Amino acid sequence: MVVIIDYEAGNLTSVVRALQALGVEGEVTQKPEVVSRAERIIFPGVGAAGRAMLTLRRLGLDEALTQAWKRGVPILGICLGAQIVLNHSEENDTRCLGLLPGRTRALPREEGLKIPHMGWNRVRFVKEHQVFQNLPASAEYYFVHSYYPEPAQSAMVIGVTGHGRDFPSAVGRGNLVATQFHPEKSGRFGLQLLKNFLAWDGSHAE
Amino acid sequence: MLSKRIIPCLDVREGRTTKGIKFLDNVDVGDPVAMAQQYYEAGADELVFYDITASSDRRNIMIEVVDRVAAKIFIPFSVGGGIRNLEDMRAVLLAGAEKVSVNTAAVLDPGLIAAGAEAFGSQCIVLGMDVKRVSTSPATPSGYEIVIHGGRKPMGLDALAWAKEGARLGAGEICLNSIDADGTQDGYELTLTRMISEAVTIPVIASGGAGTPEHLYQVLTEGRADAALIASMVHYGTYTIKGIKDYLDGRGLPVRLTW
Repeated sequence: MVVIIDYEAGNLTSVVRALQALGVEGEVTQKPEVVSRAERIIFPGVGAAGRAMLTLRRLGLDEALTQAWKRGVPILGICLGAQIVLNHSEENDTRCLGLLPGRTRALPREEGLKIPHMGWNRVRFVKEHQVFQNLPASAEYYFVHSYYPEPAQSAMVIGVTGHGRDFPSAVGRGNLVATQFHPEKSGRFGLQLLKNFLAWDGSHAE
Repeated sequence: MLSKRIIPCLDVREGRTTKGIKFLDNVDVGDPVAMAQQYYEAGADELVFYDITASSDRRNIMIEVVDRVAAKIFIPFSVGGGIRNLEDMRAVLLAGAEKVSVNTAAVLDPGLIAAGAEAFGSQCIVLGMDVKRVSTSPATPSGYEIVIHGGRKPMGLDALAWAKEGARLGAGEICLNSIDADGTQDGYELTLTRMISEAVTIPVIASGGAGTPEHLYQVLTEGRADAALIASMVHYGTYTIKGIKDYLDGRGLPVRLTW
C-alpha cells in the first residue's frame, strides 16, 4: 500500500493522479495508524514549514513518519516534504523531523534573480541512485520554492540544480529520498522517477 | 539554469475550446482535454485554461474539464476566468489544477489574493492583470491602467502599483496581459512587461500580441519576462512549440528541449 501523507499542506490531487497514471491507487491519509501500515510513503506538500510542523505534530504524523522511516519503509519527500525531513528550517525558524541531518535554507536573494524559483530546471545527478536512474541528463523538472534542503553531509546530496548558485535538489539517506522539484508535475521524466520509486526496496549503499 | 516557459492558452466556453488547432487531424479539436494532451506531448511547459463560459453552471462544466485534463497531463496548468472566491479556487485546485488565476475579483477585493495564498499557498495564486496604456496622471503615474471585465472597464488603478500590491498580498506569479497588444499578433508590450517584471521578484508571464518566435525572444529578453503565453500562433498550426523553442534555443535562451 502506497500512502500519501496529507498534513493540510497543499493540494495532493496531482500526486494521486500521477500514481494513477502508473496504475497505482495511492491512499491519502491524515491517520498515524494508516501510516504505520504503509509499505511505501509519499510525503508531499507545499506551504510554510512552521505551520506544516504544527499540523504534523497535532495529527501525530511526525511520530508515525519517524517510526516508518526507522522500520525501513521507502519514503519519497517532495518539495516542502523534502525540506521538513531535515533537522531545522530557516522558514519560520522551525524545528523539523530530523530524518536527515542538516538544515533547510532560504534561496539567496540576488539582484535580478526571481524568487520563488518557479519553472523547469535541470538536475545534475552527483550520485547513482536507483530512484534516479533512466533519466536523461537533459531532462528538466518542475520547481516552485523559496527554500531548499541542505544536508549536513555531501554524501546525502544526490542531485544539484542551479538558480543563482547551485543548491541540492535531490537528497537522500537510507530508505529516504526527497526531491525539491515536483516529479508529479514534471512530465514523462517525473513519472519515470515515480515509477523508479515504486520499484525501490529502500536499500541504498551509502 | 531556469528555462523560459512557453505556455499555450486555451479559451474554453461551455466546456469546449473556442479555437481549433489545424494540425490536429484525428482528434476532436473542440475538446480541451484532447488539445491539452496534444500540447503536453508537443512540449508545452505549462497550460492555461481560460473559462469564458457565461452560463450559471459554468463552474461545474469547468471542473469536469479540469478533472479530465488532470488525468492526462503531468505538467502544471492553471485555470482562470470567473474565479470569484475561495470556494471557486478550492474546487478548481482539488480537481487537479496547479494554479488558479484571479483577475477582476482580485481588483474588486484585493483580500482575495491574501486569503487564497493563506489557504492554498502563494505558488497556486496567479494574479491576472489586464492592462491598458493611458496618459500618465496622478492616478496612473506609470502610464498603464488596470481594466476589468475583459478589458471593458477602466479602474483608475495604476498597473505598476497594483502589481507590487498583488505581490505583497501573496500572489505567486503575475500573468500580465496587454489589452493594446492582445489579438494584434504584432508583438508583446515590451515596455510594460519590463517595467512590471523589474518591479517584483515573483515571475511574470507575458501575454498578448504574440505572432512570431521573434516576439517571444523579445519579451523574454528585453521584456524580462519569465514565461510567454501564446495562443493563435500555435492554435492554427502556424508554428509548433518545438519550432518556437528551437528558435529561442538558437538565439541562446534557456528552454526545455527534452520532454
